[in-house]
Amino acid sequence: MAGNGQRDVIIQVRGLTVGFGEHTVLDAVDLDVYRGEILGFVGGSGAGKSVLMRTIIGLLPRRAGTIKIFGIDPVFSSDDERHSVERRWGVLFQQGALFSSLSVRENLQFPVREYLNVSQRLLDELALAKLELVGLDASVLEKFPSELSGGMTKRVALARALALDPEIVFLDEPTSGLDPIGAGDFDSLIATLQRTLGLTVFMVTHDLDSLHTVCDRIAVLADHKVIAAGTMETMLASTHPWLHAYFHGTRSRVANAAGPAVAR
Amino acid sequence: MSDILLEGSTEGERLRLKAAGAWIAENARGLEAEIDQAAQRYPGAKRVDIDVGRVERLDTFGAWLLERLRRGFSARGADTQVTGLREDYRALFDELHAVNPETLPAPQRGGLVHALAAIGVAVTAVGGTLAGIVNMLGALGLALGRVAVNPRRFRFTSMVHQLDNVGWRGVPIILLITFLVGAIIAQQGIFHFRKFGADIYVVDMVGILVLRELGVLIVSIMVAGRSGSAYTAELGTMKMREEIDALQTMGFDPIEVLILPRIIALIIGVPILTFLGAMAALYGGGLVCWLYGGIDPEIFLQRLKEAITVDHFKVGIIKAPFMALIVGVVACVEGLSVKGSAESLGLQTTASVVESIFLVIVMDGLFAIFFASIGM
Repeated sequence: MAGNGQRDVIIQVRGLTVGFGEHTVLDAVDLDVYRGEILGFVGGSGAGKSVLMRTIIGLLPRRAGTIKIFGIDPVFSSDDERHSVERRWGVLFQQGALFSSLSVRENLQFPVREYLNVSQRLLDELALAKLELVGLDASVLEKFPSELSGGMTKRVALARALALDPEIVFLDEPTSGLDPIGAGDFDSLIATLQRTLGLTVFMVTHDLDSLHTVCDRIAVLADHKVIAAGTMETMLASTHPWLHAYFHGTRSRVANAAGPAVAR
Repeated sequence: MSDILLEGSTEGERLRLKAAGAWIAENARGLEAEIDQAAQRYPGAKRVDIDVGRVERLDTFGAWLLERLRRGFSARGADTQVTGLREDYRALFDELHAVNPETLPAPQRGGLVHALAAIGVAVTAVGGTLAGIVNMLGALGLALGRVAVNPRRFRFTSMVHQLDNVGWRGVPIILLITFLVGAIIAQQGIFHFRKFGADIYVVDMVGILVLRELGVLIVSIMVAGRSGSAYTAELGTMKMREEIDALQTMGFDPIEVLILPRIIALIIGVPILTFLGAMAALYGGGLVCWLYGGIDPEIFLQRLKEAITVDHFKVGIIKAPFMALIVGVVACVEGLSVKGSAESLGLQTTASVVESIFLVIVMDGLFAIFFASIGM
């Protein structure tokens, strides 16, 4: 995990430029994500955090640059290669993006059914196993997404992201809209899952507590670039004005005080 | 699959199972078959050791199948033990140890009872829709009353905007379709009437049919498909995104703010469209009579004057606002009954169009009886 001498780069972003019309959102961004780490990705609202994430997972086109995931650039590879990469990641969207016309059970089984040919019994048992991994139980299986609370939706969406046992999970603001206790639970859930399943986690977040408690490394997006990437200590020591304001603002003091004690 | 992932050997009542290779999702199908076989092949084992030391990769699928294998023997009273589990897989295995598939709800059964239940649900749904329509008419009446008392509460801008959408923007397509329908009727009439030398009566047929029935029917059906569906989808999406709840909490009546302007726009727009549509159909009919039937435009107009009266025109135009009301009310009722899912939005939009076309035709029949009995 983090701290090993040789670290395996699982996502490599080089010179990535993304823009819409006249507006350039990302300008020659470089970023590395190492295998087995939890990377917290921060930046001001509208700085392009979600744009970077969506570009990495292939939802947005880029103007220039390369993105290599497991050594493969999905844009410049065959359909089969791209599918094999897509099969190895899971994405948790900000609003959950559960299929509203399918029950929780069907939502969880949908990707498995498409990619693997396994028995209905195994599908059912694994749907339950994934639900229990994210801290829910069988009582939600037959519910529809519109009947779930915000926290439950996030958990079910995480369970669906994990349905195929991915190696990387992308989380877009996983704790937004959750109460502090729920957010704390979700953080420890992500840390537990990361340990249990050996995941690599790419987490876009604004939650300073998440950054302190679960993230191994933090990357910061500002002025259309990744201006810093490193551990919490590096961030706190930085003199960059935006970083200083972000990590030393009033809202961060409490988190700073509590942070090191509970860091993993 | 070529490589064997599970091997067994017995020593009396003691069974040793050796798991090897990749116990991962891709192999899940083969693995499941192997563990089921293993459970059947060694029914008498009293002590089972599962050695997983040679498992190279393990994910949730593999770990669960391992757990299922262990439970299968345990359930038959065997003493089971998993050995050689790598330290980094222990946490995953322990997590799955706690999963209890007996808590899985039984899948719902289909069959006859299910089909009968579906019929019952459909019948009550029809009743529900009718109740909803009556309810909406009442609510509209109340809102109209409040607006009449205090006219400044009426959303005039919103009404004009809707009128632009359902009326003005609908003119080209309505003109085109009614023109074509008028032309087709005239052509068919000429073709068949000519056989017994009655081609001039085509003018009577086109005139009466278009003014009394076809103009208003075609326009109503077009409006149900064009604007009714749009109303349902708009209101349904607003319902899904809690916009209607937001309006209510700000102290606005959604009926007054959203629905009244839409329905008034329809009631104003549909008669205008009906008039324009009828004119286009007569024009289409006249054109075909001239080019295909050899009836000069002057003769056509002369004959039309004799064949139709203002009553025919009135019958068509009087029906138009009622058709508009039906289309609008059904569309709004269906829009407000959208639930949280995308599927429900699609269902309600379909229901809105189908129901309003059905009711428009039923209403047209009732009007036919009514006008016949008052002699119009």
